[in-house]
Amino acid sequence: MPANPTDRKYSKEHEWLKIDGDSATIGVTDYAQDQLGDVVYVDLPQPGASITQFEKMGEIESVKAVSDLFTPASGEVLEVNEKVVEKPELVNSDPHGEGWLLKVKLTDPAEADKLLSAAEYDAFTAT
Amino acid sequence: MTNLQSSTFNLQQPEPTLDARSHAGRIAVAMPHSDVPGAEAPPAELLRRDLRLPELSQLDVVRHYTRLSQLNWSIDTHMYPLGSCTMKLNPKVNDAIAAMPGFADAHPMQPAADVQGALAVVYGLQRTLAEITGMAETSLAPLAGAQGELAGVLVIKAYLESRGEKRTTILVPDSAHGTNPATASMAGFDVVAVKPQPDGDMDLDALRVALEEHGPTVAALMITLPSTLGLFDRNIVQIAEMVHAHGAQMYGDGANLNAMVGQVKPGDLGFDVMHINLHKTFSQPHGGGGPGAGPIVVKEHLIPFLPSPHVVVDADEDERWKMEDGSGSGRPSSIIHPPSSATYRLHDPERTIGRLGAFHGNFGVLLRAYAYISSLGPDGLRAMSEAAVLNANYVQARLRGAYDLAHDRTCMHEVLFSGRKQKAQGAKTLDIAKRMIDYGYHPPTIYFPLVVEEALMIEPTESETKETLDAFCEAMLQIAAEAETQPELLREAPHNAPLRRLDEATAARKPVLRW
Repeated sequence: MPANPTDRKYSKEHEWLKIDGDSATIGVTDYAQDQLGDVVYVDLPQPGASITQFEKMGEIESVKAVSDLFTPASGEVLEVNEKVVEKPELVNSDPHGEGWLLKVKLTDPAEADKLLSAAEYDAFTAT
Repeated sequence: MTNLQSSTFNLQQPEPTLDARSHAGRIAVAMPHSDVPGAEAPPAELLRRDLRLPELSQLDVVRHYTRLSQLNWSIDTHMYPLGSCTMKLNPKVNDAIAAMPGFADAHPMQPAADVQGALAVVYGLQRTLAEITGMAETSLAPLAGAQGELAGVLVIKAYLESRGEKRTTILVPDSAHGTNPATASMAGFDVVAVKPQPDGDMDLDALRVALEEHGPTVAALMITLPSTLGLFDRNIVQIAEMVHAHGAQMYGDGANLNAMVGQVKPGDLGFDVMHINLHKTFSQPHGGGGPGAGPIVVKEHLIPFLPSPHVVVDADEDERWKMEDGSGSGRPSSIIHPPSSATYRLHDPERTIGRLGAFHGNFGVLLRAYAYISSLGPDGLRAMSEAAVLNANYVQARLRGAYDLAHDRTCMHEVLFSGRKQKAQGAKTLDIAKRMIDYGYHPPTIYFPLVVEEALMIEPTESETKETLDAFCEAMLQIAAEAETQPELLREAPHNAPLRRLDEATAARKPVLRW
C-alpha cells in the first residue's frame, strides 16, 4: 500500500483533510478503500450544506457493506466531486487524488489539531 | 417492421412498462351501468384529479405480468446456488396442503376450539423442532430469522435479569452474518468480535482472551454452526464449555442447520438457544424475501421467557406425543405427531418477553415446514443433510484448482471460494457472478463473509442431480478459463440477459418507480 501523503491530516474514521488556506479537501484514505472493497456508490451532502467535525456527512457503499462517512472538519460544502459520484471506483483507484469527495470552507482551521499526522495514522492503522 | 420486437414475445428483450403500451381510452374491463342508487361522492378536496393510470386491454395486462414472471429466476427455473440461503426444492405437495380450506380459510381470531387442527400442527412442529435440535422447547412466534435472533437474545437478557446478573457484552465471530452484531446491539448489548484461526475454526486463544477481558459482563457468544465459512467448528464442545464456565450463554445461529439435521443435535453440543430459518432448512419459497419463519428452540432454563403465544396441550402426560415409528426401531425419531384426542390452547409463558407480531406468525410457512418434515421422516432428513454436504464437497473437488479455496478442507453444506486469482487476471468476483447468468445459473452469494477476499459462496443444496451439478461445474470451469484468456468477457457480462450490467446501487437508492 502506498504511504499516506504527509501534506494532510487523518481522522480515526479514515478520512483525510488537506487544508489550503481557509478551505480544505476531504476524502477517504487508501486504508479505508482497501478495507471497503469495490466502492459502488457515494452519497454526499449538497454544496451549501454545513457539516460538523466527526459527525456523519454521507454514506459510502461498497460491494461488501454500506458505511457512514464522518467529516474530519466542520464547514460549509463548497463543491462535491461529481466525477466520483459518476464513477465511484475512483475512490478505489486514487483515494488521495482524483477520488476526493468534498471541498469545504472551514469553520475553524484549528480543528485540524484534533486529527492525526500521516505517521500517527500509519501507526493507528498498523494495529 | 420496427414494431416486430415489441409485439413479439422474446425472452431476450426487456419488457416495456405498461405506460409505454398505454393507449388513451383503452380499457381492460367494461363495467355494466350501475343499477343501484349511487352514493354521494366525498367532498371535492378529498378527490384526486391527477390520477394517471395506464390504459390497456386485459390481454396486454395479462401478458405484461406473465412476461415479467418469465423473466424471474427462481429455484423452479434455475439452479440457485446462493450460499447461506439454502435455495432447495419446495415440494409442491406442501403448497397443496397449505391450500386446504381448513388451513387456508382459518381466521386468526377464531376461538381455539374451532381451529384445533391448526393448533395441533403448531404443537407438533414445536415438539418436532425441539426433538431435531435436542432442545427442551420451541417458540414459533418469530416471523423471520433476524427476528428469531432478536427473540433469542431478548430471552437470554430476560433470563440473566431474572437472576440479577448484569451482563452487557455479546461475543460474535467476525465472520458472522451481519444480523448477529446488529441483533446484539439492538437488544442493548456491546459487541466484541472474535477472529477465526487461519483454518476457519474459532481461535480458542482469542476467545479465552475475550472471555477473560470482559469476564463477568459476557452475556453470550453468538455463533453460527456450521460457520459462515461453510465449516464445522471442530472445537465447538470446548467453546461451549469455555463460555459456560464464564456463566455466559451459547446462542446458535441456525442459518446453516441444513448441514446437520439428523446428524448431530445442537442441544447436545452445548447451545442454550438457537433460531432456525424454517424457510431455508425446511423448505419454503423465499427467493423474493419472504414470508419466512424464525422459530427459536431453547433449553429448559429459558422456557419461562419464550415469546407468546405458545401452544400447549391438555392431555395425559404419556399421551402428550408419540413417535411416528413407535420407537420400536430402537432409534430416536424426530417426527412427532400429536394425538388427535388432545385439546390444544394458546398460552403465554409465565415470564414471556412478549409478542413479536400480530396473531401467530406465518402459519402457512409453519404448516409447509411440518409437511416437509413429516414427508421426509427421520431417515429422509438424515439423507437430506448428507446429500447437501456431499454435493457441496463434490463442487469443491471439481472446482479446486480453478478457483482458490478460502479454506482447503472438507466443507459442510456450502463451499467458499475466493476469486482473488481471477481478480489478478482482470475479472472480479462480481464479474464471475454476472457471467454465470449467461450460463443460466443464478449467481451465488458474493463478498460474504467479509473476512474472505473476493468471496464466492456456493450452496448447491441436496436438491440438484449429479447431471445438474456437473453442468454447473463445467460452466464454472469455463468461466475460470475465460477469466484467464479474455477477462473483458466477464467484465461486460451478462451478455445474454434482457438488460446488461445494471447500476444496482443507484437503482436501490434512487429507484425510478413507474408503471
